[in-house]
Amino acid sequence: MFPDPGGHFGRFGGRFVPEALMAALDELTEAYDQARADEGFVAELDGLLATYAGRPTPLTDAHRLTEHVGGARILLKREDLAHTGSHKINNVLGQCLLARRMGKTRVIAETGAGQHGVATATACALLGLECVVYMGEEDTRRQALNVARMRLLGAEVVPVTAGSRTLKDAINEAMRDWVATVEHTHYCIGSVMGPHPFPMMVRDFQRIIGVEARAQVLDRTGRLPDAVVACVGGGSNAMGIFHPFIPDTGVALIGCEAGGDGVATGRHAAAIAGGSAGVLHGMRTFLLQDEFGQTQVSHSISAGLDYPGIGPEHALLHETGRASYRVVDDAAAMAALALVARTEGILVAIESAHAFAGAFDVARELGPDATIVVNCSGRGDKDVDTAARWFGLLDDAGGADAAADPRG
Amino acid sequence: MQSRLDERFTAAREEGRSLLVGYLPAGYPTVDGAIAAMRAMVAAGVDVVEVGLPYSDPTMDGPVIQDAADAALRGGVTTADVLRTVEAVAATGAPTVVMTYWNPIDRYGPARFAADLAAAGGSGAITPDLPPEEAAPWLAASAEHGLDPVFLVAPSSSDARIRLVTGISRGFVYAASLMGVTGARVAVGTQAADLVARVRATTELPVAVGLGVSTGAQAAEVAAFADGVIVGSALVKVLVDAQRSGAGEAAALDGLGRLAAELAEGVRAPVSASA
Repeated sequence: MFPDPGGHFGRFGGRFVPEALMAALDELTEAYDQARADEGFVAELDGLLATYAGRPTPLTDAHRLTEHVGGARILLKREDLAHTGSHKINNVLGQCLLARRMGKTRVIAETGAGQHGVATATACALLGLECVVYMGEEDTRRQALNVARMRLLGAEVVPVTAGSRTLKDAINEAMRDWVATVEHTHYCIGSVMGPHPFPMMVRDFQRIIGVEARAQVLDRTGRLPDAVVACVGGGSNAMGIFHPFIPDTGVALIGCEAGGDGVATGRHAAAIAGGSAGVLHGMRTFLLQDEFGQTQVSHSISAGLDYPGIGPEHALLHETGRASYRVVDDAAAMAALALVARTEGILVAIESAHAFAGAFDVARELGPDATIVVNCSGRGDKDVDTAARWFGLLDDAGGADAAADPRG
Repeated sequence: MQSRLDERFTAAREEGRSLLVGYLPAGYPTVDGAIAAMRAMVAAGVDVVEVGLPYSDPTMDGPVIQDAADAALRGGVTTADVLRTVEAVAATGAPTVVMTYWNPIDRYGPARFAADLAAAGGSGAITPDLPPEEAAPWLAASAEHGLDPVFLVAPSSSDARIRLVTGISRGFVYAASLMGVTGARVAVGTQAADLVARVRATTELPVAVGLGVSTGAQAAEVAAFADGVIVGSALVKVLVDAQRSGAGEAAALDGLGRLAAELAEGVRAPVSASA
């Protein structure tokens, strides 16, 4: 069973943080261990997931998409239908309930695309907690609508101007806040990353995706799927849907990393395909780094996958071979987004579109007798502007100009 | 066998004063400019030099050191440049340690880094994001090459964790005076004296206090209860301000020397904190 008591997933994971945070991580680990053994806590979380977040999310048979791709039967786990529009709500409800139980009155979070920030702002509004979200200045421009959403929900959004002004710098700034405020503040990390216990705890809160999907597929088809496919940035939606299937060795687990302009160009966010083992943000894992151990800036059209690292349990699954990881570049992801929209009437997030693009290949490789589950981790409303520019769908002159630069 | 750090702390104890530990990042404003600045610091009374290894994700640093590290990296500073800086500064006779986040050493290879640091005349390294639980490879490499591995304690550290940290530290123990990132503060945290007392209950090692000290008066306050006073951001800020205002290198080194001399005076005249 992973992780070990020190938070290690094989040679990955652990805790690489200043001593000042070690006491808080110990406190969090203990509080989490007690909470998950407490029926009252579990019942309250389950209740919120059912009556507030909209769980269980459905499993959709993608008939027209299956026919169009011409391979395996494609089933969609619809996390896009969860409250706030993505799987992120599963984790934040768990962590914010835990923060309240620990007597913390303030919650901080980092966000890239804004999905985790919106989810955290939502849970804090629901539970009456103060909320501060750190977001790279570059991302506040790319995802202006989500900034407004967070502010409507009562959160303070702090644009981060340090470093590359993206997700990794937002995490740095949140860590700096936390070390000074840890007595009354909980850092609600949004993915299966960071120092122990976060990779384990976030995985556990996201595991519900896989638990539901496994039962739903068995119920629908009478057997386990041949493959489960998910996109991977930090990797929380993937870890959540993969984890309950790990003992089912006949089920292939396939993660799709963001390839940006292509791994060969150096402008990508594929930590496994194009990175190496090292330490970043409190964990040992695969990351994009230069020969001196300096973190390299990642590139992806998807702000949510635009991160130079990956959760340590994915690093382990890759090394043991239990999961495999593929690369999907910007162009393939955007083509998949358009195809899913036109065949199924579902506008998926650009993050999730990476999973679909990977799944099309998997479906063709496995053939029509197979069944695959794609984690549709989020909805694409936030990405309409990016997509419209990518496809040149805007009628005004500004749209035509911008089409040359889909990143806006 | 006594290390150079041990010898310096012992001598300072006999003189009835604390050591002044000064931090500057390698490569800022240039590799040679940083070497000149560090030498100027030593000439003005800094006893031990911390050579910072600029890192892309300095989660424990405030804006001053972030900006300097960022500029040094944009200037192309490498780990080899850091080692060259150590060599040039250690040649002054001042014990010289590297202050670095863990990944650059991890990437260089702990054994190779220890060998090259020792060859450059370095005394050891301070590794603030390497907790004792993950430190085995670095402890082995340091021991093999006669380096002092320095670890941190914080006001939030339990007594058990303090014992863990002091049990593996050599040279001195770095006590973070407050819960927060690097940078000057109006007042040094009141938690510092308590923390130093808790550390002393577990070890004979010297205890140096860092975070927030920026003036001679603050240095004198800390010197009343600590064996070493660590100053970083205030010294870096002199160089950053000089860069921004376009003052020449001579003016920058002059300003740096004045602040170092003021701090050196402070550690020689310990005063108990006023209420």
